[in-house]
Amino acid sequence: MLNYFKMAYRNLGRHRRRSFLSGLALAMGTALLMFIAAFFQGEMRSSLETTLRLNSGHIQVRDADYDPDKLSVAWEYLIENPGRVAAKIEALDQVAVATPRLMASGIISVQYDSIGVEIMGIDPASSANDPYRTLVSGEFLSADDREGILIGYPLAQNLGLNVGDQLKLLVNTSEGNVDEQQFTVRGIFTTGTTAYDKGIVFLPLAKAQAFSGAGDHASMIFILLDDREQADAVAAAIPSQNFQVKTWQQLNELLVLINDFSNAYLTFINLIVLGVTATVIINTLLMSVFERTREIGILTAIGMKGRQIIALFLAEASLLALGGITFGSLAGWALSAYFEKVGIYFGDLGISGDMILQDRIYPYLTLGSAINLIVTAFIITILASLYPARMASRMEPVEALHSAQ
Amino acid sequence: MEVAKLTDVTRVYKIGEVETRALNGVSITIGDGEFTSLVGPSGSGKTTLLQLIGCLDKPTSGKVVITGKETTNLNRNQRADLRKGTIGFVFQFFALIPTLTAYENVEMPLLLNGRSPVERKQRVMELLKAVDMTDRARHRPDQLSGGQQQRVAVARALSTNPKMILADEPTANLDTENGEQVMEIMQKLNHETGTTFVFATHDPRVIKYARRVVTLQDGLITKDSKVPAK
Repeated sequence: MLNYFKMAYRNLGRHRRRSFLSGLALAMGTALLMFIAAFFQGEMRSSLETTLRLNSGHIQVRDADYDPDKLSVAWEYLIENPGRVAAKIEALDQVAVATPRLMASGIISVQYDSIGVEIMGIDPASSANDPYRTLVSGEFLSADDREGILIGYPLAQNLGLNVGDQLKLLVNTSEGNVDEQQFTVRGIFTTGTTAYDKGIVFLPLAKAQAFSGAGDHASMIFILLDDREQADAVAAAIPSQNFQVKTWQQLNELLVLINDFSNAYLTFINLIVLGVTATVIINTLLMSVFERTREIGILTAIGMKGRQIIALFLAEASLLALGGITFGSLAGWALSAYFEKVGIYFGDLGISGDMILQDRIYPYLTLGSAINLIVTAFIITILASLYPARMASRMEPVEALHSAQ
Repeated sequence: MEVAKLTDVTRVYKIGEVETRALNGVSITIGDGEFTSLVGPSGSGKTTLLQLIGCLDKPTSGKVVITGKETTNLNRNQRADLRKGTIGFVFQFFALIPTLTAYENVEMPLLLNGRSPVERKQRVMELLKAVDMTDRARHRPDQLSGGQQQRVAVARALSTNPKMILADEPTANLDTENGEQVMEIMQKLNHETGTTFVFATHDPRVIKYARRVVTLQDGLITKDSKVPAK
């Protein structure tokens, strides 16, 4: 077999700088796209995990009439005897933890400052509350704490509060009134998500129930599974009479939609960047074709067929692609791996719809997306080289030979 | 036996609105083992005739038969196939592939013909020896003189044992000594292998080696004479 690659390698070596710059363009494109893919996936993964961990869980069971936007603690909207309901659910296969939570709206006042917050009554012993156990200072709540409150770090900073300080908390009660009590800051937590931490405070469930007049009721049973993909199956096993059972997909429709579209979005970006890179490759090979017109004439004169000329140029493009994409992939992988460790700090990104974004985004490169990119880049490069290759293959030998004389 | 037979061949080039009649109804037969020169002034049509014999180009009208095969209706790839096995070329400019060594240049037609590595090596070394280029086998064209490059080109043209070698002004860019050397090599190979050689030239150094001289003028053959062997 004709050694196309040996010839291709030497041809590329004729104009080292040009070949290097073409390879570099491909390398930079690949590295950039790999990092974008890693960043985007990291963002999506972080957003999904953070949202599930902090906000929605894998499944929520609520009273059939409960409206999560109203945060009402009127008994008719709440689950009665939530401890028993949670225990039953926790007994199901695949359920890692099921815990009652009471959600209420309130206002924190410290001297002349006041800020609206969500009040969440939690069972301090439940592992579902682990995300709130990272404390900047102080200690976590205990179930029988009647005066302690757990607040987020940004809220503490806004109000100038430290552990041991007192604050006044006003709550909308089950009867539609308001009640106010004084609490002591027991601990200051951080989830790494400013937008979330600045708007929520935690009380032990029993205290929250007593304070808001909810009695032995909860707004929801918050459920985490061993495998979130089993959410539909587990949800189906929970008796839905008087309850609404919502899976994480139903609770985070926007997020799931964005996640589903992320691949299409990435492919779109890939095509744009690789399209630009492809023009560099086309340009390089076209210049090569024009410069080597006489040579192509000689090769066809001694019997090289059109498809063999095409193969020769495709071999050149393949070598450019191999070099550029290999180097670019390594650079992109190294960049992604570095930032996967240290993260990229964005600060308070807010909560958009159902999406909660952490202050620091950690790029995350999957093997699948890396391979997808590498294969796409290679295919696009080869496709781009087809045009100059075909142009070379269609040269009439006599014209090619004449043009050089 | 005839290697090439052209009957009433016309070749008209059209550039824009201007038509140039390079050949105007030429008929010629090239016999096996000939050492023929096509001579004439610039624009007489000798290179065009050579290109038609070599299936590098198609006639506007007329018939071109190469080794008994009608070529007029062959497509690009079929013509490439025919050239590959039947015709070798030596061009005026030193038409070697610059990225390949002398050895690899001679080997290229053999590769295209699908010869085995052993066969290729044997043939290439044999040919490089015949053109006295064995010690330059690993040199690239830019490391060779014009004469040496043309000798490699001759070896390449011969590599597949073609029926016919077509040479377009093979000595035009060579000094007297190198020109003579190349011609002597080609004459020797013609004697030893019986390969047909056809030259397009106006170089007296080439013409003096020819045993048949075909003179062209304004796209017509005006004279066709045999030169007696010396």
